[in-house]
Amino acid sequence: MREIIEIPLSELKPEREEVLKAQGVPAGREQPERLRHLLEEAMEIFFQSSHPRALISELTIPQFEALYKGEGLNAPRTPLEGIFRKADGLALFAFTLGRGIGERINALFRTNEFALANFVDSIASTAADKAIDLLAHFYLRLLSKRGEANSFTGILGYSPGYCGWHISGQKRLFEFLHPEVIGIELLDSFLMRPLKSISGVLVAGRKEIHQFADSYPFCNQCPTHSCQERIRKLLS
Amino acid sequence: MGRLAEILNHLQQGNSEMVSNLTRKAIEEGISPKEVLDRALIEGMNIVGKKYGDHEIFLPEVLLAAKAMYAGMDVLKPLFLKEEVPHRGRIVIGTVQGDLHDIGKNLVGIMLKGAGFEVIDLGNDVPPEMFIEAVKREKAMVIGMSALLTTTMPVMGKVVELLRQEGLQDRVKTIIGGAPVSKEFAQEIGADAYSYDSANAVKSVKELVDEVKERYGGNP
Repeated sequence: MREIIEIPLSELKPEREEVLKAQGVPAGREQPERLRHLLEEAMEIFFQSSHPRALISELTIPQFEALYKGEGLNAPRTPLEGIFRKADGLALFAFTLGRGIGERINALFRTNEFALANFVDSIASTAADKAIDLLAHFYLRLLSKRGEANSFTGILGYSPGYCGWHISGQKRLFEFLHPEVIGIELLDSFLMRPLKSISGVLVAGRKEIHQFADSYPFCNQCPTHSCQERIRKLLS
Repeated sequence: MGRLAEILNHLQQGNSEMVSNLTRKAIEEGISPKEVLDRALIEGMNIVGKKYGDHEIFLPEVLLAAKAMYAGMDVLKPLFLKEEVPHRGRIVIGTVQGDLHDIGKNLVGIMLKGAGFEVIDLGNDVPPEMFIEAVKREKAMVIGMSALLTTTMPVMGKVVELLRQEGLQDRVKTIIGGAPVSKEFAQEIGADAYSYDSANAVKSVKELVDEVKERYGGNP
């Protein structure tokens, strides 16, 4: 299976609280009216300037194993190497919000609309993260239709640059997936352009296979430890 | 309430239009541009920065206040000789070569300007040589570098090394930041400071600039 997916923007729209959290505002804090209006304006800009597109392509465990080796720069031990071998299904993915949103954010900064620009940026980043969940749902539906998933199946996305998977892994991922067809370019630094793009692998399998402790040497440098929240959410 | 206190008050609330109008009025009433700059705009942003550091207010409010400060500065700028706004030091900032992430660097730049520094923003994907050329050309006291990718972090080390080769390491201090960057990494590459957020960056830059001024009398 290899498919280009058009994701409706309405499904990517983050909650206000998520955007405020991304800006360091504690939950439940009363917002001045001006900021509420600004956030609404930022949501409108997000809707006007984003053009989301995704690409998903299945691959076998041996294919992913070869791809995961990348440039040989992964951490000596990573959680994903233990997880993907137990998978019932694997699919590479790439997603972008398009060039427009980044250009709009830059234009807002240039005209001193700092708070608005930063709100739009947080909305776009949160939406991009949300896209992984939507792609996971898409893949789960597909596996279910083929009778390859059941109520015990859980899907999580893993990306180069995180959890010991070196960012140079993007090179082989791009060679296999070709996200250029949805307008994503890979730079020499392994950064994707447009900036509001994500890529990685969706791993489908029994929910328990995704469980790991955040005690790898590289976990010390991780500012979020968001893996544990994702695992908890999947298992609950 | 005095005119300067009014400006200071509206700046904290992020009322750009009021700050702009009141700055104009202050000048018409004979208050010097320098006094408006120091006692209303910069002082206002100092208070905002402190409240942000104390978690009394949060980033969106800080950015609204910064916009208001810039609105006041726009009124004052033509009134200074050659349109050069007095500043407490010149800082060159940029996101290092290979990296296009701008936001963190932009926020630091906004906060530094708010604190009264002149900021030369080189943008993103900045090669090491361009940082060096800029500090020489602008007679800057500090280079601020940002990276969001582990693969681009070594560029920061190259900038520090180039400064050494040019014999500028005492006259030009370096500060680094960005998600994968740490205090330990700063020490490893010989950068003078590391900052985990924009408020902390301002504090560190003040210290670095004071250090340079103490040694070279404000004219490196």
